[in-house]
Amino acid sequence: MSPLPHGPEWEFELLEHYDQAIAETAAEFGLDTYRNQVEIISSEQMLDAYASSGLPLGYPHWSYGKAFIRHEQAYRRGYQGLAYEIVINSDPCIAYLMEENSLMMQALVIAHASYGHNSFFKGNYLFRQFTQADAILDYLVFARRYVTECEERYGMAEVEEVLDSCHALMEYGVDRYRRPQAPSAREKEARRTELAEHRRLQFNDLWRTVPPAAAADKAVASTVFPEEPEENILYFIEKHSPRLGPWQRELVRIVRKLAQYFYPQTQTKVMNEGWATFWHYTLINRLYDKRLVDDAFMIEFLHSHTNVVTQRGFDQEGYHGINPYALGFAMMQDIRRVCEQPTEEDREWFPELAGSDWQKSLDFAMRNFKDESFIAQYLSPKLIRDFRLFVVADHASKAELEVDSIHDDQGYRRVRRMLAEHYKRENLLPDIQVTRYERDGDRSLLLRNQIYRGRPLVDEEANEVLRHLGRLWGFPVRLEAVDAEGRVDGYREWRP
Amino acid sequence: MNYLIDRRLNGRNRSAVNRERFIRRYKDHIRRAVKDMVAERSIKEMVQGGDVKVPARDISEPGFRYGAGGDWEIVSPGNKQFVRGDKIPRPDGGASGSGGREAGSGQSMDDFVFSLSRDEFLNIFFEDLELPNLMRTAMAEAEDKKLVRAGYVKDGTPCNLSVPKTMKTALARRVALGGPLREELEQACAELEEATRAGHSPARLALLEGRVDDLKARLTRLPFLDDVDLRYRYRVAVPAPVARAVMFCLMDVSASMDERKKDLAKRFFTLLYLFLTRKYERVELVFIRHTDEAQEVDEDTFFYDTQSGGTVVYSALELMQQICVARYASSDWNVYAAQASDGDAFGADPAKSSRFLREQLLPLARYFAYIEVPDENQTGASSLWAEYGEIQSHSRNFAMTRVARPQDIYPVFCDLFRKEKVA
Repeated sequence: MSPLPHGPEWEFELLEHYDQAIAETAAEFGLDTYRNQVEIISSEQMLDAYASSGLPLGYPHWSYGKAFIRHEQAYRRGYQGLAYEIVINSDPCIAYLMEENSLMMQALVIAHASYGHNSFFKGNYLFRQFTQADAILDYLVFARRYVTECEERYGMAEVEEVLDSCHALMEYGVDRYRRPQAPSAREKEARRTELAEHRRLQFNDLWRTVPPAAAADKAVASTVFPEEPEENILYFIEKHSPRLGPWQRELVRIVRKLAQYFYPQTQTKVMNEGWATFWHYTLINRLYDKRLVDDAFMIEFLHSHTNVVTQRGFDQEGYHGINPYALGFAMMQDIRRVCEQPTEEDREWFPELAGSDWQKSLDFAMRNFKDESFIAQYLSPKLIRDFRLFVVADHASKAELEVDSIHDDQGYRRVRRMLAEHYKRENLLPDIQVTRYERDGDRSLLLRNQIYRGRPLVDEEANEVLRHLGRLWGFPVRLEAVDAEGRVDGYREWRP
Repeated sequence: MNYLIDRRLNGRNRSAVNRERFIRRYKDHIRRAVKDMVAERSIKEMVQGGDVKVPARDISEPGFRYGAGGDWEIVSPGNKQFVRGDKIPRPDGGASGSGGREAGSGQSMDDFVFSLSRDEFLNIFFEDLELPNLMRTAMAEAEDKKLVRAGYVKDGTPCNLSVPKTMKTALARRVALGGPLREELEQACAELEEATRAGHSPARLALLEGRVDDLKARLTRLPFLDDVDLRYRYRVAVPAPVARAVMFCLMDVSASMDERKKDLAKRFFTLLYLFLTRKYERVELVFIRHTDEAQEVDEDTFFYDTQSGGTVVYSALELMQQICVARYASSDWNVYAAQASDGDAFGADPAKSSRFLREQLLPLARYFAYIEVPDENQTGASSLWAEYGEIQSHSRNFAMTRVARPQDIYPVFCDLFRKEKVA
């Protein structure tokens, strides 16, 4: 193949050449992707996309307007640049490219989004479980139309009220585990006949003589509802709210579905970006090895790439926590290194990984982990040394902060565990679940906040959310805080 | 197969609807900000949009979050000096740590600032304002057409279907077509009854019964509704009378009107001008400025030119009257006027002006507003104010008010042109 032309300006024809070259290279590495759809947009359109969390269309709501205004201001005043690309987990996988990008940048972004992210969306277990890539765009169209219709029929204010309340609880509209599918009529029938058959085989006329169990026991058991605590608060509201009408339930469902769609992305930030960055780096390097791109292209590429994967120290200017691109990329590269050139240390820490086929091992890691488990499994001592990671303990009972562990033999495992914890959902979101619905009493709803390591809720905000919850529920709502021993520690209530 | 699509020409303003929702929701904040802006701005800037600040607290979206306190472990990169067991004093003394950082979306954030476009700005600015007493109308060049009811027709679109009228027609048709049948039926029934009583042969009875049944069936076959019953409302376009209005802007630019006062007066007229050009496409504007003699000028000169001299208020009123009579014959036109002055008038001028205003101008005008811009430390009434005060007591279409500071202009302006409540 002849070298690809290079220059600052891109054209559609050139992009097609590059895309083809990248696609061939990706096939060499066996990347499995959805079909690709690359769309060129302007910066204004990128701002629009920002405001709706990257979705190509959303229902109208003031909070999106707020987000849009905020991004627009920041962009116009030069506080914030725009992303080079936005990619949507759909089939075909849509990647938005900014028209301002240079030719090299477009190539990088195509490799990053259309092959990196795309294969992650298709392979990772969380995405496979929770999102239907081929259905999301249709669902968005439906959601938008439904909300607009509701606005016409019931009034903008009514709809906004419901959506506001749902948004306050959006993070609690997520299933972390798949609900079992409701059995079909045929399955139910099969189960019934099986049970009847079982009874027939077990028949013993003697049981007829045993007096029936006291009826009182049954009555007591049935008053507790739900039987198990429910962590998906919006789901519970949709199914059981005594107040909401059918269209309001559908709105709750729409918000819940969107929250669920984003759930895998929140759980795989490091892996997803790391994977995509690893592959744009690997693919473009391969193009260079094949002499398809020249040195000038490569220099420009490396410049952009290093910008993306820079990790600043905690005391440096511009430090905003750990850069998921940097950490993810370093870990992916490290896995490859351990596979190809393991050291003594690696053999000790990763006996199964050391010396194995790197493509298979990396593919396995991509498919079966989320950030928390991925870090707990794969963060190597070498990386801890490279990043010079350290743990500071901030405990309420102590007057000073204390350095808990650093990158030494005693510290590796603890640093790794702490960093993994950092990406755990409990660490970011308070644990709040629905525990009791007084169906036969005053219809009040009881929620329980299991206090995690003594961390309190932001008081004012919690009351505000409770008010929103009450609006959806229509009857008293209570939130109790329970400590590790199960004692009730705090209590708040909202009444209509 | 990969697709490459150019979306740049697709709609850009996808977020416009969301932005508009946002503005609607925070209208109160925005209205307050607009009011403040007017006070601060120079005349040339008056028309532009501007930045609006909304406190972050008011627009935050709540969620369950961890607050400060409890136990945290923070992992950071870039360790240079720390070893295990090092103690670090807590930053800002409180129990914050990373909990504080994450809860930061509430208090620590700056106010939310955003820009209003010029149109959005003016929309909010002139909300609820209206020209008062706009009632006398005249036929203009019949540009406007109004649809007026003109009875019913047999054809039309479904949205114009008149159900009551249709039902009436249908009823009439059923009565009309069913009348003879019903008569026949009655007759047949009577015959049948008589035949039964007289004991006719069963064959004859069956024949008669068959006839009765046949007639009954024919009656039920009369359709309840038929195409010919449908009636539609009909409307015709009638040329509608169009209100025509002219606004006179009278400003004193004499030497006693110092820069501050002129600025105030001009601000007022700027508002007025914007308001009128925005609300009324057919309002004509006449600008008159006066020193010891009055001049009709165009708007640029009126707002931006500097000139000074003596003061003869009368001259301006006289000019207005002349223009009024010459160009805006009062039966066709709604005449409005606003006059701004510092009230410094000498000799016979105030009394003469007042009389002229009362006798000559007020009968011509729908509404006359006088705005006085006094000296900063002036307490007593000016000579013109005292004279005009008498008019106010017995004229309903005259209003006068004072404006001392730029902040007052907008409230005063709103006061003068508040939308009339429907009694």
